[in-house]
Amino acid sequence: MHWLPPNGALHGSAFDHLLGINLAIVFWLFVAAQILLVVALFRRSHGSNAAKPGRALLIVDYAVLLAITGLYVWMVASSHRLWAASREQPDNGSAVQVEVTGVQFQWYFRYPGRDGIYGATKPALVSAPTGNPLGLDPADPHSTDDVVSSVLMLPSGQPVDLTLRAQDVIHGFFIPGMRLKQDAIPGMIGHLRFTPDTPGDYVILCSQVCGLGHYRMQARLRVVAPYQFNAWLAGRERALAQ
Amino acid sequence: MKRLFTTDHRALALNYLILGLIAVITGTLLSLLMRIHRTWPDLAMPFHGALRPEDYLALVTMHGTLMVFFVLTVVPQSAFPNLVLPAQIGTERMAFPRLNSAAFWITAASLLTLLAAFMAPEGAPISGWTNYPPLSAIAATGPGQGAGMDLWLLSIALFCLAAILSSLNLLATIVARRCPGLTFTRLPLTVWSWLTSSALTIIAFSALLIAAALLLSDRHCGTSFFLPTGIVVNGVPQPNGSGSPMLWLHLFWFFGHPEVYIAILPGMGIASSLLANFTRRPVPAYRLMVLATLLIGFLGLGVWGHHMFVSGMNPYAGTAFGLTTIAISVPSSAEVLTWLVMLFRGRLRLTTPMLFALGFLSFFIAGGLTGPILAQPALDAYLHNTFFVVAHFHLVMAMAGVFSVFAGLYYWYPLITGRCMDETLGKIHFWISLIAAYGTFFPMHLAGLAGEPRHYAQLQGPVESFANLIPVERGITWSAFLLAAAQLIFLWNIFRSARRATPEAAPNPWQATTLEWSGVSHPTVSHGPYDYGTVSTGDFLPQWQPEKPF
Repeated sequence: MHWLPPNGALHGSAFDHLLGINLAIVFWLFVAAQILLVVALFRRSHGSNAAKPGRALLIVDYAVLLAITGLYVWMVASSHRLWAASREQPDNGSAVQVEVTGVQFQWYFRYPGRDGIYGATKPALVSAPTGNPLGLDPADPHSTDDVVSSVLMLPSGQPVDLTLRAQDVIHGFFIPGMRLKQDAIPGMIGHLRFTPDTPGDYVILCSQVCGLGHYRMQARLRVVAPYQFNAWLAGRERALAQ
Repeated sequence: MKRLFTTDHRALALNYLILGLIAVITGTLLSLLMRIHRTWPDLAMPFHGALRPEDYLALVTMHGTLMVFFVLTVVPQSAFPNLVLPAQIGTERMAFPRLNSAAFWITAASLLTLLAAFMAPEGAPISGWTNYPPLSAIAATGPGQGAGMDLWLLSIALFCLAAILSSLNLLATIVARRCPGLTFTRLPLTVWSWLTSSALTIIAFSALLIAAALLLSDRHCGTSFFLPTGIVVNGVPQPNGSGSPMLWLHLFWFFGHPEVYIAILPGMGIASSLLANFTRRPVPAYRLMVLATLLIGFLGLGVWGHHMFVSGMNPYAGTAFGLTTIAISVPSSAEVLTWLVMLFRGRLRLTTPMLFALGFLSFFIAGGLTGPILAQPALDAYLHNTFFVVAHFHLVMAMAGVFSVFAGLYYWYPLITGRCMDETLGKIHFWISLIAAYGTFFPMHLAGLAGEPRHYAQLQGPVESFANLIPVERGITWSAFLLAAAQLIFLWNIFRSARRATPEAAPNPWQATTLEWSGVSHPTVSHGPYDYGTVSTGDFLPQWQPEKPF
């Protein structure tokens, strides 16, 4: 399991635990099966000429099949608990709101600002060179206080609700350190809810091939203490107000 | 020319094998270029210079398309049945010989169209073999997404048509042209596999044909099946649409997952037959094996959503597709356990085809076991589109598939040339391939666990690198070279044996029971396909001989 990057999310330790168990089971089943193959290869021919040999062998066979089926049932049940806890919960309303937008080959992060409401965007207004990569509509009062960042700042220990969007093609929003992945699909609004609990820097990658710059579509998640997060956000909001 | 436009199924089988050989050589060379680029990114290629990121993605796309369609589908699902299926059911010809040969010409046209994508003005498409829109729908999203993408879609549409026609012929042949006495419960398991995979082909490739037609329409006729409103490419707003990329994902994977079984079911049939032959014991629980084959085919139609766990699909759908996916592991496990039992019941004859059948089994287990991990949405949410998945399908589909193809080629080679291939060369080919294939694909699990995504032209990025994976990547590259080099031994063996360097084979060199070895033109069958070691009169009882000779 040391191959995985360090975990920084609340649900991550349960994920690591479950993945670890699964990998261990599968690895030893793999080893056992390969040993059987090698043994069969070097076995001296004991093939009896009895008309119906190996009935006992078949019974063992069905017993193993039953056991493996039981294992599969356990896998479905145990992982469903984790899946339900992370994906099938409604938003409780108090989470930190951030909108993530994937654009060839960049991630943008938008905070709704003091009014708590994301302002309107218009495709015709999208213009990265003039500093409006998301096409924020200045005519909408909710837009003027929206903070757009190229770094995802989050407070530690607080639930987060990410809204996923894509501007051009499908992108895959992937934070290995948070054990999180979901596609951002044009025309659809996605949500990812989680709680980062260990302060630090984490890599954000694109996991769905999105064009020639796919490999360099990377950004940074910075998890900081809540007071630092509040200070950072307030600073950005003040800068917009001026 | 006469050879090319033949309606003789055995000649068509050879044509398909040559087509598959061209595709597998091209696809392998592309994969080696990918490995070279990942290991030495700045190395200049002859006549080309250093590869650009878009070149790398074009290699990925073309490698995947060639291997999945023109190797792993064409050889097990078109070449092999043309070679032996009519003989195995005791008939001299297919049900629809002209339809059958038309399918070959269309497949050949499809391959030429695909290869032409390399000559397109901006090169081959870069969106991977799954070609998700909008990347595949809007030419402005990247090089290769213009004419190259059109050629890809055209090629795939042709391929779908050919696959459907070819499978219709196989289905009709199996149903209508079995020789007297050859009831369904006396069919070899290879025939059951082809029956199942042909039914799957007709259903699955129809979905892909429709998807390709709709995407071409989106690109050129102003429709928007796969395009929503509000897309902005390079700062340019696109026309309003009323569709969704999700429709493509559903249609593509409704094809894509059955396709995996289309590629591997014939291999499973070959493994059952060869294990029976080379252990000199019948297939135990024959009816269970038939049932497992049919179940895999049936359940295979209902698992496509496991490719979409992280697409933002309703999480309850993730749970449902996870459940169907795990369910398909049960008949697969039943087949694997039966094969293992077979190994411990009989006397093994370790011929080259038997070794490759064992290799198939080894890879099918190695790759198959990670299936239940990836079937869990909660775990897939991390592993999706990482190298863990690349390792999984290269072991369970590519290596298991290719090893079953090798098993079939070594086994049926005497039917083509009247000679067996050289056993010593065959065994060297097997052992190097086995070790090199594990060396290539097993370490990819580790890269995947580290979070390395697929389709990365380089491991360096602006924020973080996967620098600690570079030694692993280098090992994979060297291993891939060894794997490719070992195939030269195989080519040399084919060439040598065809040039009559090996002695002529006996009429039934493997002492097999199935009808392709009978040499009888109008056989009558009175018993099942795997009567090895159970008859008092001898070691085996071929299907073309009556039940009680005395």
